[in-house]
Parts: sequence; C-alpha cells; structure tokens
Amino acid sequence: MADAVVIAEPPIWRLFPDRVATFCLVELQKLRHDRTEMFTRAVQPVLWLVIFGQTFNRLHAIPTGGIPYLDFLAPGVIAQSGMFVAIFYGIQIVWERDAGVLTKLLVTPTPRSALIIGKAFAAGIRSIIQVVVVLILSVVLGVTLTENPLRILGAFVVVVMGSAFFACLSMTIAGVVLKRDRLIGIGQMITMPLFFASSALYPVAIMPSWLQALSRVNPLSYEVDALRGLLIDAPSHLWLDIGVLAFSVVVGIMASSLLVGRLAR
Amino acid sequence: MPDAGPALLIEGLRHRFGEHAAVDGIDLRIEQGEIFGLLGPNGAGKTTTIRVLNTLLPIQEGRIEILGHDVRRDPMGVRRRIGYVPQQLSIESTLTGRENVTWFARLFDVPRKERTVRVDDALGVMGLGEVADRLAGTYSGGMVRRLELAQALVNRPRVLVLDEPTVGLDPVARDGVWQRVEELQEATGMTVLLTTHYMEEAELLCDRIALMHLGRIKAEGSPAELKRELGPDATLDDVFRHSTGGSLDGAEGARGIREIRRTRRTAGRVG
Repeated sequence: MADAVVIAEPPIWRLFPDRVATFCLVELQKLRHDRTEMFTRAVQPVLWLVIFGQTFNRLHAIPTGGIPYLDFLAPGVIAQSGMFVAIFYGIQIVWERDAGVLTKLLVTPTPRSALIIGKAFAAGIRSIIQVVVVLILSVVLGVTLTENPLRILGAFVVVVMGSAFFACLSMTIAGVVLKRDRLIGIGQMITMPLFFASSALYPVAIMPSWLQALSRVNPLSYEVDALRGLLIDAPSHLWLDIGVLAFSVVVGIMASSLLVGRLAR
Repeated sequence: MPDAGPALLIEGLRHRFGEHAAVDGIDLRIEQGEIFGLLGPNGAGKTTTIRVLNTLLPIQEGRIEILGHDVRRDPMGVRRRIGYVPQQLSIESTLTGRENVTWFARLFDVPRKERTVRVDDALGVMGLGEVADRLAGTYSGGMVRRLELAQALVNRPRVLVLDEPTVGLDPVARDGVWQRVEELQEATGMTVLLTTHYMEEAELLCDRIALMHLGRIKAEGSPAELKRELGPDATLDDVFRHSTGGSLDGAEGARGIREIRRTRRTAGRVG
C-alpha cells in the first residue's frame, strides 16, 4: 500500500448528501441479497386492502365524500405500510449496536446527525420498495390511481418524508430505551395506535373529538392526506401536509441525533 | 501532510462509570511506527481506554492527542487518522465482503476514482480477494476478522487500533490475523495499538507493552526489558503477577466468561 495521505474533510454541503447516498445504496444492496422481508411485509397491506377494504367497499358504511372506499383506503394503507417498515427499521439500530456495527459507524468521520439522516432516508428507500408493492396491488384490485408520473413521484417524496420521520421516532425511542426486548414491545405498542389515530381508515370528520385531537398531532394523518390528494385526487391540503412532515422530520432528526451517542456506551 | 508528534499521547486519563473508575489516571506515549500492546485481564480498563481515545466515549478527565490532534477538540480529524476494529465480530452479513469494505471507503470519503483500487488492495492484503463477492454471512470467524481489518485499512490509517483482535478465534485463524497485521505494519510503517490478554502473542508481536490492572498501568517497556528486570528465566506472566499481585488467568472472572460467550455467539451468527 502506498503512503497514507489523510483525506481532507469535504465541505458540509457535500458530506451530508454523500453519507445519505451511501446509506441508501447499502440498503438497496442488502435488499438485493435478502428479499424475504419485502414479501413478509406485504402480507399485512394485502389483508387490509383485500379483506377490510373490499368488505367496507360493499357496506358503504364510511362517508368518504363519494369516493369508493377502496380508493379512499389505498393511500391510507400505503402510508401505514411505509410507517411499519420505517418504525421497524429504526428499531434495528439497537441490533446494529448489539452486533457492534454501530460502534464502527460512529468511529468513521460521519457526524451523528449525518448518520441519523442517512438511516432515516435508507428507511425511506425500504418503504418505497414496499409501497410499490401496495400500489401494484391497489391497481389490481381496481383502485383508480393517478396516471400523472409527477404526482406518483410526489407521492414517493411524501412516503420518504413520512418514513424518515417514523424511523427517527423509533431511533429516538431506541436511544432512550436501549434494550432490544423492551423495544420490540414498544414498537408494537405504538404502530397500531398511530394507525388508528390517523385518517388512514376513516375521515377525521367522523371521529370522536378526542381522537380528532390525536389525529391532528399525528404526522401519519398528514401523510395520508397528502397521498390522497396526489394519488386519487381527493381534496387535500398538500402544502400544509408537506410543511408538517418536513417540520416533523427535522425535529425527529435533531432528537435522535442527540440520543444516538447513548447507544455507543 | 505528515502529522507531527507521537502517534498517541495520553495524560492523566480518568474515566468513571457511576462510582466505578474504569480508567484511574493513566499516562501513555506511543511513538509513530510502534506496535504497542495494552495487556491485562478483562475489566482492567483496556477497552474503556480504547473507546475514549477513538471518540466513542467523551473524555471526562485528562487529555489525549493522536498525531498531534486533540481528541476532544478535533474528533473528526482523529477519526480520519485511525482505523478501529472492535472486540466484537461485527460485519453486515447480508452484504458481500467487497460491499462491506466499499461501504467504509465511502464513509471515509475515499475519492471515487481511487475507491475500487483501494478496496481491492485492502481485500487482497487480508487474503480475501477470492471470496470478496461472497456474502459476508458465509465467512468463518477468522475471515470476518480479516474483513474487519480490510474495512479499517481502506482508509489507509496512520494509527490502527485493535481491541482484542483474536478473542474467539481458533489458533490457525489467530495466526492468520497476527501475521497480516505484522506484514502490514512492516510495509506501511503505521502505528498499531492493540489490546490482548494473550501474553505470548504480545511478546511475539509488540515492540512495547503496558500492563494494565484495575484501571492503572502497572508496568511499561519492551517485553525483553520487563522480563530482564525480574530475572533470567522470567516470563511475561511472571512480570504481570509481580506487578499486580494477581495472575492473568486467575483474574478472569465471571465477566470474562460472559464476554467470551458473547463473542462466540456473534461469531456464530455472522459466520
């Protein structure tokens, strides 16, 4: 090997995108080598769409403003499956800590916030792959989705933002709880309430007021709203949704960056 | 840009976990190009020392410089100069060997046009060229350890920090690791800091060693010097017993067994 020359610190505007790209690339490589999770994680959305969705589609029990219930539900299930993937992905940081990989990552010239952002967007990549599966399934079931490629691209951006937030949420919890057996329980404890306290399954208007209040502070609701607007052209508040998601992502990144060091101790 | 000063300078380092002082005031100076061994039983404070100097733990008390860079003030500069292999076998088992090393090349900002060459170099030096495109999950324990060395070397570090690099490996794999570390040091002149509790290994490999016990450094010097002080037939084990009042093996308590088990379990999972 030639003489060791110390590599200069790249400017921050290059370092961060570079780290994010690295973590996303590694995620894709891992997915290529092990696809089982992609299929096992497709089971739940299939159940929601095929059984729950098709049944309620016939009942006409939920007022959706003239939209077929299955169409109404599809963006909700897309957001939900992305969220499940992201929350589980964030929890995995504790496995990485137990396996020593995290220790080595923390000794590379990667600021903690860049590590977190990289992981958050890698979770987004995993979610996107999952979401493509649900999108295809929705089309097969007869959901009328937009054919505008820009809107579909927009939906992917929204899914990545939502997933980045939920990954940060679970990494933050991981940084507090630290123990993996406790984390699995907490992961399961938060996913269903987040799902039910959102507009994924039913419109906010028919919720009791306490649930409406919860739904209003739940980023999943804003993700679902944005996806409905983009994918099935339902009335939505796209810019508000994106604003709330962006804000949540920033807060999530700051919180988990502060806590991730605890995992190294 | 050559870095001036000693490879490692530790002054008055103290580190507590709650009431327990894991490192209890140590001073150490390692020159560039040395192979330096930090020896002692489990719980002596070796790993804590390593984790403070490589920026994983904050410096509570004292001062550390690596190649003239203050660890507290310039952690990024320090990280760019060191390669670190932790005690636990840790690689990404769903990536190939090559992908594992390329990942770290990116994290160390190795320029794109040099990346392939450097990754191939690092894998080749560690004798993993042939198996580079197999999933790391299929590697044996010794191969995983060499893959980790390749990950640490892809940055061409000036200081290589190895925490118990051969724990949990069989004797053949252990020899393979030591031999490569030695060859590498000769070829590059890099500084190597390692911890171990295998006396005979330290004796064969290290230019100088420090014996650590209960958070303090009890003796320091070349293996020959340390033995000479005690008498013509003294072994390093005798030196250790003399300076700490306990034997190296006897000091291995329940914690040691648990750690070895954990390392084995990891080896089983990844290998």
